[in-house]
Amino acid sequence: MSGLPHSSLERQRRRAAWLFLLPMLVVLTGVAGWPLFRTVFFSFTDATLATLDGFQGVGLDNYLWLMRDPVWWRAVWNTLVFTVVSVGIETALGLGIALILNAHLPGRGLLRAAVLIPWAIPTVVSAQMWGWMFHDLYGVVNAILMGLGLIAEPRAWTADPDLALPVVIAVDVWKSTPFMALLILAALQMLPRDLYEAARVDGVHPVKVFFRITLPLIRPALMVAVLFRTLDALRVFDLMYVLTGNSRSTMSMSVYARQYLIDFQDVGYGSAAATLLVLVLAVATVLAVTLGRVRVDAGR
Amino acid sequence: MGLRRIAFALVVLGIVVWAVFPFAWAIVTSLKAGSALFTVEAWPSQPSLANYGAIFKEQPFGRNILNSLLAASAVVALSLGLAVLAAYALGRVRFRGRGLLLFVVLGVSMFPQVAVLSGLFELVRWLGLYNRIGSLVLSYLIFTLPFTVWVLTTFMRELPKELEEAAMVDGAGPFVIVTRVFLPLMGPALAATGLLAFIAAWNEFLFALTFTLTDDARTVPVAIALMSGASQYELPWGQIMAASVVVTVPLIGLVLLFQRRIVSGLTAGAVKG
Repeated sequence: MSGLPHSSLERQRRRAAWLFLLPMLVVLTGVAGWPLFRTVFFSFTDATLATLDGFQGVGLDNYLWLMRDPVWWRAVWNTLVFTVVSVGIETALGLGIALILNAHLPGRGLLRAAVLIPWAIPTVVSAQMWGWMFHDLYGVVNAILMGLGLIAEPRAWTADPDLALPVVIAVDVWKSTPFMALLILAALQMLPRDLYEAARVDGVHPVKVFFRITLPLIRPALMVAVLFRTLDALRVFDLMYVLTGNSRSTMSMSVYARQYLIDFQDVGYGSAAATLLVLVLAVATVLAVTLGRVRVDAGR
Repeated sequence: MGLRRIAFALVVLGIVVWAVFPFAWAIVTSLKAGSALFTVEAWPSQPSLANYGAIFKEQPFGRNILNSLLAASAVVALSLGLAVLAAYALGRVRFRGRGLLLFVVLGVSMFPQVAVLSGLFELVRWLGLYNRIGSLVLSYLIFTLPFTVWVLTTFMRELPKELEEAAMVDGAGPFVIVTRVFLPLMGPALAATGLLAFIAAWNEFLFALTFTLTDDARTVPVAIALMSGASQYELPWGQIMAASVVVTVPLIGLVLLFQRRIVSGLTAGAVKG
């Protein structure tokens, strides 16, 4: 028996809790908090990569220049189109695949293993794989489409400004739909069976069952999955960078910011772009939590 | 009924082909040498392993793999160590500000990486870590640490209260409870969380691209993205595909082996309404 009274034991536990949290908090402050603060700080200066310690404050100049740069607005537009279209398609397809996986039918194990493959492949690798498949001269996509008579001559998929963004979206859909499907599947598997029994006994049409029972019940989980994917899509970098380089027709906000920060060494201006990206993500999160009523909890 | 079954089977088959074909095509391409690369054929008439030899001889790909392994292992070990302690505090002790802390941790994992790039660059340079593996370990913590803390917290919460109470009656302090009582029970959770964090670190691109300069210091994704051949205008597609296959096969193997664990690790905390 410990001779300590209950309240002092509780206090000891609480003290230990903060002690246990301390290393994690110090590290997170060092690698996330402080760098973020510096980025916001640099965005009001004319710092360059070479002179990170010798710079002058320039007020809002960087932001004013950004507002006047059509390439920046193109990057904002690309990012928003990419996010809305790819997350939309991924949600619809993911829902479909999750419903198939949840139905107890033969071939289900094979399907689950198959959809895990795109998820396991690194983004850079999938971008290179698809880049090769979409190659203008030797690509298998052109060969198949021409073989089927769908196109008359080979297309330059990643170079054509009208086709490049759809190609990037298609690759993202391939890569990220499995993640969506798995999260939705987990929600489907927690639904109570007896509800479906009752609906079946009453002879309710399966489509009606889906819209009246399944969808409302998995809505919270679905919204969380959509929010996670949306935040991920808004900061997209690898896919565009590897598939189309710094091309304007696909450039995302992250690609734009990094190009100024590192390639052009203009840390002040690039930091302003990065800061705006953080604001966009924050607005998206607030919108999701208030309008979409998304609730994120650790555990129950 | 028969017709519906066939239609359903076709849909499933379509999804399987869609999911698997690109990787299968990468394997086929990697086996084509020389001019065979530029003909579209389902299986090379003279399959060759020349591309696999070339990535280790003409490119420093062995070194790149070693870099990735070192960076990812170090960051996972560090994250798990810090996260186990933090998860005990967040999962089992009631204190003021706990909800806010969890929210901050989740928020950090959602950060756009480019937003910390200039600040991290300054830090990396100041610590003298530029073009070294240490810069990657440092920067990867920004996503592996919040992730491991979050998942292990949900796991800690599920452990039975009686265990902790029994240990407390025996006079064990919080540190002993974590290391002697809970840690032995957390093997599977640590393995699943560690694996997912490892994959995330292994796949990271933006930091590795920015904080390394020379071919020898690159990690696998950067090497694959920037691989160049003898001529400036001709990308060595055969070698790129060979390198892609080499690093992806173990990943796919691990994922298929641990599929159930991974699905539950991914959904821990995230999908509860």
